[in-house]
Amino acid sequence: MSKKLLGVKELQMGDVLDAGTAIQFETGDWRSRRPVFHKDICIDCKRCWLYCPDIAILLDENKKVSGIDYKHCKGCGICSYECPTKPEKAITLEKEVK
Amino acid sequence: MTVAAKTGNEAMAEAMRQINPDVVAAYPITPATEIVMIFAQFLADGLVDTEYVPVESEHSAMSACLGAAAAGARVMTGTSSQGLALMYEILPIVSALRLPVVMCEVNRALSGPINIHCDHSDTMSARDFGWIQIFAENSQEGYDGTIQAIKIAEKASLPTMVTTDGFIISHCMEKIEMLEDKDVKNFIGEYKLNKSVLDINAPTTRGALDLQDYYFEHRYQTAEAMTASKNIILEVAKEFGDKFGRQYGVIEEYKMEDAERVIIALGSTCGTTKVVVDELRDKGEKVGLLKIRVFRPFPAEEIAKALSKALVVAVLDRSDSYSGQGSPVYTEVLSALFNSPSKPKVVNYVYGLGGRDINTNDIKSVFENLKKVEDLKDKNYLGVRM
Repeated sequence: MSKKLLGVKELQMGDVLDAGTAIQFETGDWRSRRPVFHKDICIDCKRCWLYCPDIAILLDENKKVSGIDYKHCKGCGICSYECPTKPEKAITLEKEVK
Repeated sequence: MTVAAKTGNEAMAEAMRQINPDVVAAYPITPATEIVMIFAQFLADGLVDTEYVPVESEHSAMSACLGAAAAGARVMTGTSSQGLALMYEILPIVSALRLPVVMCEVNRALSGPINIHCDHSDTMSARDFGWIQIFAENSQEGYDGTIQAIKIAEKASLPTMVTTDGFIISHCMEKIEMLEDKDVKNFIGEYKLNKSVLDINAPTTRGALDLQDYYFEHRYQTAEAMTASKNIILEVAKEFGDKFGRQYGVIEEYKMEDAERVIIALGSTCGTTKVVVDELRDKGEKVGLLKIRVFRPFPAEEIAKALSKALVVAVLDRSDSYSGQGSPVYTEVLSALFNSPSKPKVVNYVYGLGGRDINTNDIKSVFENLKKVEDLKDKNYLGVRM
């Protein structure tokens, strides 16, 4: 590991960290199911963006849904569950393959 | 200084009123109910300006205390027995986050079988959660200990529980000397957490996932803080003694100078033992009491030193740890002596479980049995029917 780990004397007591550190923590590698975004079906209702617990729905410069942040998406599937388009969903859940 | 007649619970509630904490979150449980109930009345009467959070369980009470403390508040609570047990999940998180929550705890037997009376099985079960533990012998010590605990907890950055014995102290009315409100306020001073989660200019994350990389270091820090807290407890006790005249230590030695036969105890039983020590001393018997006031951090060096001249020692445990060996106080006393130069013979007495009465004759029988210690087992039960 290249990053230097702090020792007892340098480490702040009480497990105190700066705020907003979740962005540095790439939770995407926990994922066992992968949401796949289909732009041609999407109606841009932003339900997925609203419901995503990891702020992992990406918006483009015009604030339109544009894809998934796979570094942070844990694959919970809420985006796909909430997607209202029929008969096919604009976000489908697929098996994660590595 | 005002002299007043107070039960242990009233005394602790009065201490809480004078401390006027920012937040109290609590759930009622016998025999600690009165502490927070009386405090709630103080709030209703406008005597304190605390944010009182009436929660739906002790698990929520301790969780609310943790959150409020992390936000920078001075926080107190009170509980007992099953209530403390329901807090167990949160107790070591409070100490890991180094939050100085102060708890008024009333010692009561853990279920089962269900029982509401005094023993130390609840508090002893929480002994390794990173909380400083102070045992009171009477209402006065419960009152003084609660006021000192605020300062100790904040200096040590460790949560602290002050315990009284259920019903024996909590519901027994005694004469206590109360400090003036302003003296308590000056003694504890203002509290300011240096980093609060609610500081919008410098927000922090607390209690994040801490895996193989940092968990070990954080646990080390808390262990070190517990070791260091002994001096803080002594400093605060000295300041308290200098200002208000009542002296406290981590242990109390009662007629120990030349004592050959010694009883070690915690809490209200120490008062009973002192009466017996006086009586036997009048007859010329060299007996003494070693009271352990602070159980966490464990005052091992002080105990070893205090026992350097003793020949035989009985450790009275008001809880039985089901360990297949001695009970908590006994095993810790033995550890304290193992590397010390003098080693008296030490036996264990489990007594008073579930509030079983312990009187002066029981204590006398222990001192008597210590005369022929070779007849005793390592672990003995006082007063259990066979």
